[in-house]
Amino acid sequence: MNYFTKLIGWVDERFPLTSNVKAHLTEYYAPKNFNFWYFFGSLALLVLVLQIITGIFLTMHYKPDAALAFASVEYIMRDVPWGWLIRYMHSTGASLFFVVVYLHMFRGLLYGSYRNPRELIWLFGVGIFLALMGEAFFGYLLPWGQMSYWGAQVITSLFGTVPFIGPDIAEWLRGDYLTSDATLNRFFAFHVIALPLVILGLVAAHILALHEVGSNNPDGVTIKKLKDKKTGIPLDGIPFHPYYSVKDLVGVVVFLMVFAVIIFFAPDMGGYFLEANNFVPADPLVTPAHIAPTWYFTPYYSILRAVPPIGISQFPGVAAMGLSVVVFALLPWLDRSPVKSIRYKGNLYKAWLAAFVISFLILGYLGTIPADTYGQFGAWLGKADIATVVARICSVVYFAFFFLMPWYSKKDKTKPVPERVTG
Amino acid sequence: MKTINHLKKALLILSFLPSLAFATEGIQLDKAPIDVSDHGSLQRGARTFVNYCLNCHSANYMRYNRLLEIGLTEKQIKDNLLLAGEKVGETMKVAITKKDAIKWLGAAPPDLSVEVRARGADWVYTYMRGFYRDSTRPTGWNNTVFDKVGMPHVLYELQGEQTLNHETHELKLTKPGRLSIEEYDTLIGDLTNFMAYMAEPVKQQRNQLGWFVLLFLGVLLVLTYKLKKAYWKDIH
Repeated sequence: MNYFTKLIGWVDERFPLTSNVKAHLTEYYAPKNFNFWYFFGSLALLVLVLQIITGIFLTMHYKPDAALAFASVEYIMRDVPWGWLIRYMHSTGASLFFVVVYLHMFRGLLYGSYRNPRELIWLFGVGIFLALMGEAFFGYLLPWGQMSYWGAQVITSLFGTVPFIGPDIAEWLRGDYLTSDATLNRFFAFHVIALPLVILGLVAAHILALHEVGSNNPDGVTIKKLKDKKTGIPLDGIPFHPYYSVKDLVGVVVFLMVFAVIIFFAPDMGGYFLEANNFVPADPLVTPAHIAPTWYFTPYYSILRAVPPIGISQFPGVAAMGLSVVVFALLPWLDRSPVKSIRYKGNLYKAWLAAFVISFLILGYLGTIPADTYGQFGAWLGKADIATVVARICSVVYFAFFFLMPWYSKKDKTKPVPERVTG
Repeated sequence: MKTINHLKKALLILSFLPSLAFATEGIQLDKAPIDVSDHGSLQRGARTFVNYCLNCHSANYMRYNRLLEIGLTEKQIKDNLLLAGEKVGETMKVAITKKDAIKWLGAAPPDLSVEVRARGADWVYTYMRGFYRDSTRPTGWNNTVFDKVGMPHVLYELQGEQTLNHETHELKLTKPGRLSIEEYDTLIGDLTNFMAYMAEPVKQQRNQLGWFVLLFLGVLLVLTYKLKKAYWKDIH
C-alpha cells in the first residue's frame, strides 16, 4: 500500500470521499447517447465558477460608492495588472452564462427533461434561472454608468406599479426615493454574497436531484429499466467519469475558444454585452433617450411593453412579464404527451415549439429597439406602432405555447418509443 | 441692475440646457481614420489633446506616463505635455471645477477618458469638424452633429470659420484658418486616433494576446478531441 492509498483510507474513515466520487462520477451511469445539447449543463457550471473567481478579483479593486464606482472600474481596466482581462471575462461571462443557460433550458424542452420523475430538477433549475436574472440585474448597476443607473431605476419602478403597496416596495428596494448610493451598496451586497449563495445552493440541489433519478437522454427512455443481470449497471449507461468528463472537456475547449474570441476581439459585442451609454457616468439629472435592458432580458421586456395598461396602471404588463418567466415552472404539469422526447412527438407539438422559439427570438430583438422603429400602421389599425403589434402577436404565441400545451400535447400523434437508446 | 444680471445668467444657462441631452439621431458621420498602432499619429494627437482639450476637459483615468506606450520618452512627456508642474505618474486632470464650469459655460465639460467608447470615434471625428458660425448661439458657434452645443469652437484659429447652408445641410469654409482643409482633417484624425487609444489603451495588447490564446486553445482542442476518441473507442 502506498502513501496515497493510505491517505485516502484515512480520509474515508472520517469523510465519505470515495463513496461520493463513486456516486457522482465514476459509478454515476449516464446514457451513452448524449448529443450536442448535453454540453450546456457542464458549461453552465464552468461559467459559474469563472464568474465567482473573476468576481472575487474584481471585488478587490471595485468601490461600491456612487462617487467612486465608475472610476474604480476604469482603474481596473487601466491600472490593475490584468484587470482588463478579469473585467472582460466577468462581463462576457455574464452574457455567455445566459447563452449557455438558454440552450440548456431549450434542451429540456426538446427532450422533455422536466417530465416525471425530474420535476424537482426542473423546479430547482427555474429557481437558478430566477436567481441568475437577479444576479445579473444587481451586477449591472455596479459599473454605475448611465445604462446601469437608468436600467435599475426602470426595473425598481416596475415594482412601483403593484396596486396599493407598489410605491413602498420600490422605495424599500432602492433604500431611497430614487436610485442612489444606498441602492448601489445594497445591490453590491446582493450581487457578491446573497445571490451567489442562493445560486450555489440551488445548483447543488439541482445536481443532487439529477443524480438521484438519473439523466434523461435524447430518446427520453429510462435506461434504469434494463440493467445488466450480473453487475446491475444499466445496459445503455456509461460511467460519467471518464467518458463524459473527457467528452465535456472537448466542449469546454470549444466554449473557451468562443469566449476568447469575444474577450480579445469584441468585448463590447457591438453594444450588446457592454453598452456605449454605460461609458458615461451615471447622472440622475439626464435620462437617456433610449433605455433598453441587456439582451438577455429583452424577450420579457418586450412582453412588458406589449401589454396595454389598464387605465393609467402599467401593472398588467409587469404581471405578464413576471408570468412569462415563472411559467416555465409549470411545464412538468402542462405537458400531457405520452412521450418525452421531440423525436417521438408529432408535428403538432413540433409546430408549437417552433412557433414559441421564433416568438421568443422576435420578442428578444424587439426589446432592444425603440417601439417606433418600424413606423406605424394606418388609421385602420389605430395608428399602432408596427413593432408593438408584432410584439403583441408574439406574446400571445409565447403564452399559448404554455397554456394550450395540456390540450395539444395530448392530441398530438406520437410515435412509439424504442426499448433502448438509439444512439 | 443686479436682477438684470441674474436674468441674463439664467437665460444663458437656459439656452445651454438642450445641449445636455445627446442629440445625434439621423446624422451622417464621417469615418474616422483609426489606427492605434500608428505611434506618430497618436503622439501628434496627444499633443493636440493636451494643448487644446485638456484646458476644460479632463481625462481623469489616463496617466501621463502611459504615453511611454506610444513611443514617447519620460523627458518628452515632462518637457512637452506637463505644463502645470504635474508629476509624470499623475492622471490628466484639469484645474477647472465643475461649479465654475457650469457658471462659465453652462454645462460641465465631460471627462474625455472614455468618450470614444461612449460616442464612437466617427462621432468625435465628425463633431470636431462640424462647427459653424451661428449668431443665434451665445458662443457664436453651433455644430452639425451636436445641435446647440455648449462648447465653443476651440480650434477655430486652425480651421477657420464654416457656415452651414440650411437647405443643402452642407458646410462651407468661409474664412480660412492657419491650416488647409486637408491639414485640419489630419489634425482631427490624429486627435480622434489618440482619443480612441486613450479610451482603451489595452486594446492592441488585447488583440495580440488573443491570437496566442486561440492558438493554445486550438492545440488543446486537438489533444482533448483525441483523448475523447481514445476513451470512447469501445462505446457503440
